[in-house]
Amino acid sequence: MQSQLPFYPEQASNFAPSVDSLMTFLILVSIFFSLAITAAIVIFFFKFHRKSKDEIGVPIHGDMRLESTWIVVPGLLALAMFAWGAVVYVDFRHAPQDTLDIYVIGKQWMWKIQQPNGRREINELHVPVGRDVKLVLASEDVIHDFFVPAFRVKMDVVPGHYNTMWFRPTKAGHYQFFCSQYCGTNHAVMGGWVTAMEPSDYAAWLSGSTGENEDPVTAGEKLFAEKACSTCHLGNGTGRAPSLNGVYGGTVRLADGSNVTADEGYIRESILFSNAKIVAGYQPLMPSFQGQLTEEQIMSLTAYIKSLQSQPVPATGAGVVVPGKK
Amino acid sequence: MSNTSPNPPGYQLPEEHYLNATYGLRSWLLTTDHKRIALLYLASVTFFFFVGGIFATMIRIHLLTPAGYLVTPETYNKLFTMHGVAMIFFFLIPSIPAVLGNFLVPMMIGAKDLAFPKINLLSWYIYLVGGGFVLYSFATGGLDTGWTFYTPLSSVYSNSAVTPAVIGIFINGFSSILTGLNFVVTIHTMRAPGMTWFRLPLFVWAQYATSIIFILGTPVIAITLLLAGLERMFHLGFFNPALGGDPILFQHLFWFYSHPAVYIMILPAMGVISEIIPTFARKPIFGYAFIAGSSIAIAVIGFLVWAHHMFLTGESTYAALAFSLLSYLVAIPSAVKVFNWTSTLYKGSIAYDTPMLYALGFIGLFLIGGLTGLFLACLGLDIHIHDTYFVVAHFHYIMVGGAVMGYVGGLHFWWPKITGKLYPEFLARMAAVILFIGFNLTFFPQFILGYLGMPRRYHDYPPEFQVLNVMSSAGASILALGYLLPMLYLTWSMRYGKVAGPNPWPATGLEWRTPSPPPTENFDETPVVDWEPYDYKNRPDLGLATPTAPTLAPAHGDD
Repeated sequence: MQSQLPFYPEQASNFAPSVDSLMTFLILVSIFFSLAITAAIVIFFFKFHRKSKDEIGVPIHGDMRLESTWIVVPGLLALAMFAWGAVVYVDFRHAPQDTLDIYVIGKQWMWKIQQPNGRREINELHVPVGRDVKLVLASEDVIHDFFVPAFRVKMDVVPGHYNTMWFRPTKAGHYQFFCSQYCGTNHAVMGGWVTAMEPSDYAAWLSGSTGENEDPVTAGEKLFAEKACSTCHLGNGTGRAPSLNGVYGGTVRLADGSNVTADEGYIRESILFSNAKIVAGYQPLMPSFQGQLTEEQIMSLTAYIKSLQSQPVPATGAGVVVPGKK
Repeated sequence: MSNTSPNPPGYQLPEEHYLNATYGLRSWLLTTDHKRIALLYLASVTFFFFVGGIFATMIRIHLLTPAGYLVTPETYNKLFTMHGVAMIFFFLIPSIPAVLGNFLVPMMIGAKDLAFPKINLLSWYIYLVGGGFVLYSFATGGLDTGWTFYTPLSSVYSNSAVTPAVIGIFINGFSSILTGLNFVVTIHTMRAPGMTWFRLPLFVWAQYATSIIFILGTPVIAITLLLAGLERMFHLGFFNPALGGDPILFQHLFWFYSHPAVYIMILPAMGVISEIIPTFARKPIFGYAFIAGSSIAIAVIGFLVWAHHMFLTGESTYAALAFSLLSYLVAIPSAVKVFNWTSTLYKGSIAYDTPMLYALGFIGLFLIGGLTGLFLACLGLDIHIHDTYFVVAHFHYIMVGGAVMGYVGGLHFWWPKITGKLYPEFLARMAAVILFIGFNLTFFPQFILGYLGMPRRYHDYPPEFQVLNVMSSAGASILALGYLLPMLYLTWSMRYGKVAGPNPWPATGLEWRTPSPPPTENFDETPVVDWEPYDYKNRPDLGLATPTAPTLAPAHGDD
């Protein structure tokens, strides 16, 4: 549905029309109630104004039918608003499969962005039209927020957490983005521009990269060896730590019997706070990497682990607890 | 002092009243009279309103041009932070409870004072000490964290005087807690004979609901800010992820108080409106039990909606769904109040005195503020408008359009009782209209700015937003006039106003059954209540016409 609002920013993503439709619905409901109440006040104001100095009003103490009406009707309208809003939000919070993942790091007061092939940008973000794009957001210091009004999307960028947001650009163009969570002195100028390009232009732009940038997967692979992750996380499952093949996107069974979905946030937590969630059948042997990796290094490692998409390997390694032997 | 103005025939100021019972600075600074303490609060909250107002003026001047007109980014950030802190913690929260509530709650229930008069005075001193710390912070480096004090910005990264500010707000919290405690005990134990719960004025119900929030909510904000202060001073890791803390935990704790705090600001104003409307329509309020019950419902449900400030922090989708639904639930009792106030006008005998203009203005502005709250509670829409000027506009409609309109309207309504004098009616009506126009011109454009995507707390903005910002600043100058006028003529009227008499409107509450200004002990003898609230029909003592039988013939309402 095309929005008819006179005051709205350009619609340039899949979310723009749905958010604008919600806005239109809520504005119509609001106008209806505002007009009804205002009309009642104005009419009563003139019709029942005091005619003589000592006149009193007609005592009316209430009316149960009216009370129930104005509890039930606004209640139902509120439920409709809630439900419609929930549908849009749940869609926004659950990225589809096979997204184009772009890493975004906020720090006082700039945005560092890395494309899948490693091309880096500062305060600029290039995205292809028609493709589902997922931003993986991290902060090096305080809380920021990545806000693109033309896409009607924003998400807080919280230190110590990974947040993700997704959108599908629908219209090529140049759109401003802002930091929308107050982050200190230069908060107001911590913004930049999103360039939505036709897929072929985007591909050309990506390949125009000077080549000095390593892509995050390669950088992550090097780090994986450098930090000695590879000595335990053997690809064939025989190491002291679980194999990471195919772990991303799947469900991991933990030592306490619960299950978690292995998303970016889980991978990040497992690197930094290695004992927070122990995989079932393994010992808590891994050292914590808290404070030893930059946000960019964590993102590279995450990208590398996500790239290990061969079949999961059964755990048979040295870290496995053999039942009965303690 | 009673000889300086010509008295209208029939009315004389009482010989002795609470204002002239004793003289001297000592008699004020050591008073335990709830009415005098109310006036001490009136002076101090007005001071903080001025401080916050000056910051607001500078903000609006700065935003006249996209690149910023007046101050550096650092200073701008301090301005909006200090504006928020001064206005919220030291003006809005204490305004109606500590000024009007202090003055009126004992009188409305027929008591001589609050249950703990000395603790009442202590509350004021605690407020002063807390305010002193905050002013010290403003004067020595200022505060640039935003009034929300989000960590780790406030606890690690800010270079401003955060520590004295959080200590000040921590201390000030005890003032709120003690006031709330005092009100709850007073309302439970000190009602006059015949003053049953369902004969209580709705203002008292509202103060009761507010007191519950004071007692249950304030400790949480006090402790939360103290934790942020400890993290800042001693590097204890509560909220800073580098120390193993969680910044989102701070937001949960902060909003657990600070969302109910919104109801601390608006509930007492709703109480004021519920007094003004029946008085100037001269009929019982429509749906008394629903208005009283909705105050309690708001206070209770208001504790269960805090995480709607956090839909985009990455909180779980299920939490977001629950908090959105609960936020819609809390909107219903507010809507019930609006419908009941409007219905009260039906078949009234309506006069357009200044308090009534404020009350009607309140309904209009609160309606817009409340309806736009539905936009923000809407999960899908909040993705776009969260942390934009839409939010700024929304909460100013609630807090300024609602709470401040209620406070100023209430000051006018009870001014004759407080001072014994009438304010100049024509000037006061003008001021009410100016305030209403100025307010809308200031804040309505900000809804549009927000939807267009202007984030809040920006000292520098894209040029396409300038027209709306200039409109907003122009409106603010009109708004400022609307505030200055009452300050001037109310002060003037204390000396030169006409003598009001005990019950100028006339209104039905107990506070109007005693001279204006009242004696120190409020009532010469304990009143006995044998009438229903807002009943004009069976009150020959008010000196109004009793309607004859035909007008009582079955009306549309079911009496």
